Amino acid sequence: MKFSIQVNEGPYTHQASDSAYQFTKAVLEKGHEVFRVFFYHDGVNNATRLTTPPQDDRNIVTRWSKLSEQYNLDMVVCVAAAQRRGIVDDGEAKRNGKDATNLAPGFRISGLGQLVEAGIQSDRLVTFGD
Amino acid sequence: MSDIKKFMFVNRKAPYGTIYALESLEVVLIAAAFEQDVSMAFLDDGVYQLKKGHATKGIEVKGFEKTYGALEDYDVTKLYVDQESLDARGLTADDMCVPVEVMSRAELGKKMDEQDVVLSF
Amino acid sequence: MLHIINKSPLDRNSLETVLTTATGGSILLIEDGVYGATKGNACEGKLKAAMGKFKVYALQGDLEARGFADRVTDGVTTVDYAGFVDLVADSKTNQSWL
Repeated sequence: MKFSIQVNEGPYTHQASDSAYQFTKAVLEKGHEVFRVFFYHDGVNNATRLTTPPQDDRNIVTRWSKLSEQYNLDMVVCVAAAQRRGIVDDGEAKRNGKDATNLAPGFRISGLGQLVEAGIQSDRLVTFGD
Repeated sequence: MSDIKKFMFVNRKAPYGTIYALESLEVVLIAAAFEQDVSMAFLDDGVYQLKKGHATKGIEVKGFEKTYGALEDYDVTKLYVDQESLDARGLTADDMCVPVEVMSRAELGKKMDEQDVVLSF
Repeated sequence: MLHIINKSPLDRNSLETVLTTATGGSILLIEDGVYGATKGNACEGKLKAAMGKFKVYALQGDLEARGFADRVTDGVTTVDYAGFVDLVADSKTNQSWL
């Protein structure tokens, strides 16, 4: 079965990102397909590679990146939400004249159409948020 | 894309206090552009989104009341409002900024059952 | 339909709204929502009364994290994340009552 997952909250404040990660991992481990993970609202903050949690804490960002690498996950960050919150890749930096980038490996920035497409193409879309 | 699914956007949060009401409208418009069968449900504090007369100058935030009025241009006409939520907030259909279909919770629950995708905001 | 609730019933009305709006199906309590599945909670009576209409589940990890694994309301089935995935797969639609 084809799943997509929507993540609405950032890391470390609300449990939503942790729950979404555990759920996505379980979906993949059960042999289902994940069509896309879509990061929306403050959820885009899960995609900054500059995150540095204390060593005894989980690294939410690299955890997503590793899962993406392992399962070839499509992880999309909403462009409008990302621009508002300063999540930047090379293309966005160039377009908006920014002096740095911070998008973590495995993530890509794209439009809201990707969320609607996920709803259309997937058998199930599950939202995690506040 | 030829597949048409029934998308319902469930709005249960008040506007301006958080971003969700505005973002819901954004996705609704995209889903309409993808020619999906779109409906919006308003219940609990979500009914506050449709209260007419938003004047946001004082909080220096862009108002989006007008967007509800524009939904019709995108063929989004199924706006369902929960009667009980209106009652609990001293509101009636006359307070809404656009024409809506007011219904009971039971009727709203049935509408939800008919959907393929339910997105909560 | 699978109704996913992540709010404590004493903080927000998500559970109450599901019980009065939804036609039936399954309810899965996760995150702070699991407090709704604990013995002695003010919503216990309402939840039990709804069990004819809904099958009620709670996420085991969230119960354990909050120290409530041994105080789960009778009639509530606990599931792990794999069980969560199965619940989603088994319902045609799901809704997160955020």
